[in-house]
Amino acid sequence: MTTALKLRFNRKQLCIPYAAFLILFVICPLLVIIYFAFTDGTGQFTFDNLVNFFSNTNTLGTLLNSIAIAVVTTVVCLLIAYPVAYILARSKFKRKYVLLMLFVLPMWINFTLRITALKEILTAIESNIAMYPFLNTVIGMTYDFLPFMILPLYTSLSKLDKSLTEAAEDLGANGFTVFMRVILPLSVPGIISGVTMVLLPSMTNYVVLDMLYNSTYIMGSLIGSYFAAYDWNNGSMISLILLIIIFIITLATNRFSDDNEGARRTIL
Amino acid sequence: MKITKKVLSVVWLVLILAFIYIPILLLAVYSFTDATMVGGAIDGFTFQNYITLFENEELRNMIGGTVALALGSALIAAILGTLGAIGAFYSRKTAKHLINYANQIPVVNADVVTGFSLCVLLIVLLGIGKDTFVPLVLGHVVLCTPFVYLSVMPRLKQMDNNLYEAALDLGASPAQALFKVVIPQLLPGILSGFMLAVTLSLDDYFITTYTKPSTFDTISTYVVNATKGGQTDIKTALWALSTIIFLIVVLVVVLMNVLSSKKKNTEERI
Repeated sequence: MTTALKLRFNRKQLCIPYAAFLILFVICPLLVIIYFAFTDGTGQFTFDNLVNFFSNTNTLGTLLNSIAIAVVTTVVCLLIAYPVAYILARSKFKRKYVLLMLFVLPMWINFTLRITALKEILTAIESNIAMYPFLNTVIGMTYDFLPFMILPLYTSLSKLDKSLTEAAEDLGANGFTVFMRVILPLSVPGIISGVTMVLLPSMTNYVVLDMLYNSTYIMGSLIGSYFAAYDWNNGSMISLILLIIIFIITLATNRFSDDNEGARRTIL
Repeated sequence: MKITKKVLSVVWLVLILAFIYIPILLLAVYSFTDATMVGGAIDGFTFQNYITLFENEELRNMIGGTVALALGSALIAAILGTLGAIGAFYSRKTAKHLINYANQIPVVNADVVTGFSLCVLLIVLLGIGKDTFVPLVLGHVVLCTPFVYLSVMPRLKQMDNNLYEAALDLGASPAQALFKVVIPQLLPGILSGFMLAVTLSLDDYFITTYTKPSTFDTISTYVVNATKGGQTDIKTALWALSTIIFLIVVLVVVLMNVLSSKKKNTEERI
């Protein structure tokens, strides 16, 4: 290699492409959303989209409904996943990693195919799934998001120092007290990161509902319907509202969670 | 007391596993029959669904397109994310923090919002045609790169900082030092980031819907449309697809476990 051809660069400069990419395709789209949310079709500044959202019973109802679905789904996931993670983390079973794998393996199967499977079963059991829309929605969401709750809970519970629970027992606490005063408080970071991984997606993942019912009424679907109607301004307003909700939840949970957010969907 | 606790634990685990696997396994069983709905009458066992899956051109193109898109965008994400992580790691604190924060945005953001905002910027504002596949690939790269970045970062922290300097002192050019010393050290992180990127892209529905050309479908968008359509042969062929993907996932997970336990064993021996 001749010196003339030698590539001269500083290691720092390697981040320039990614930094530019982030600015162009992550930050710019959000700025554009804000611009579109406060303008009308002709580019005039307006609050109409905001007023539209809060004066329309349909959109407001959708917001409340999606919060209800998200909260119920998150609680159900937590109630199912906590015992699972607890049992797995405490078991002396040698190959418990294999067991954990069994619980989280479905998350690598395309979720639309999993929901197809679930829909077939629900139809076979209930014969008409339209009869229990809220119940089935929660079942569908739980089916989709359960692994994302089990994983952080397991990570948090398996890191728990056994000597702490033993110390509590030695000091005379019974099983219930040990759980309430030692184990549960120490697993809060796991609970928080599990909750964020389920709460936000179940507010916006309208495909589960779409597939089960051909109709949707949660926040994400509003974006979908404005998208289908080429109404970029109102769609942007919904996106902006969702962004603000996400921002608030992230800010609130970040201070409790020690796990990196990036652990979302990470396992290998 | 102790025994009932143990029994209850096992019962709970079995119940939840049943909830998770019964739909997938029943679908797998029915995919080998001529039934048109789960729980419906079975007249006989057949491979017809699997034959349709491989003979139907539309289905074949859809599967091929999904895989190509996932591999392509994961490759771009791996390069971009690795370089970004290396650069950010050695940058000044402020720059590093800014990149870290920006990197978190697509991770915490709802995919619907990511997809919609990219659609508004690229297609509505800049007028880039969906048919060019540019918005679609960019969307998937936006989705995947942050996870590559996040899986390379810890490797950089573990790496001995002197290695790069030593390579330079021994006469390597920065490029040589990068490709022959730094990148090999980061390889496990890059690979797991790449794998994660592939699975994210394969699973994505939202970003795809908002940026894809109208004639192109990935598995996710195709399945969603197919559940609304009335074509039973397509519907049951998708059961076959679900079963094949399930088997592939099981195979990959088993293989990775075997490989990692082998590695552990050899490490212990050393």
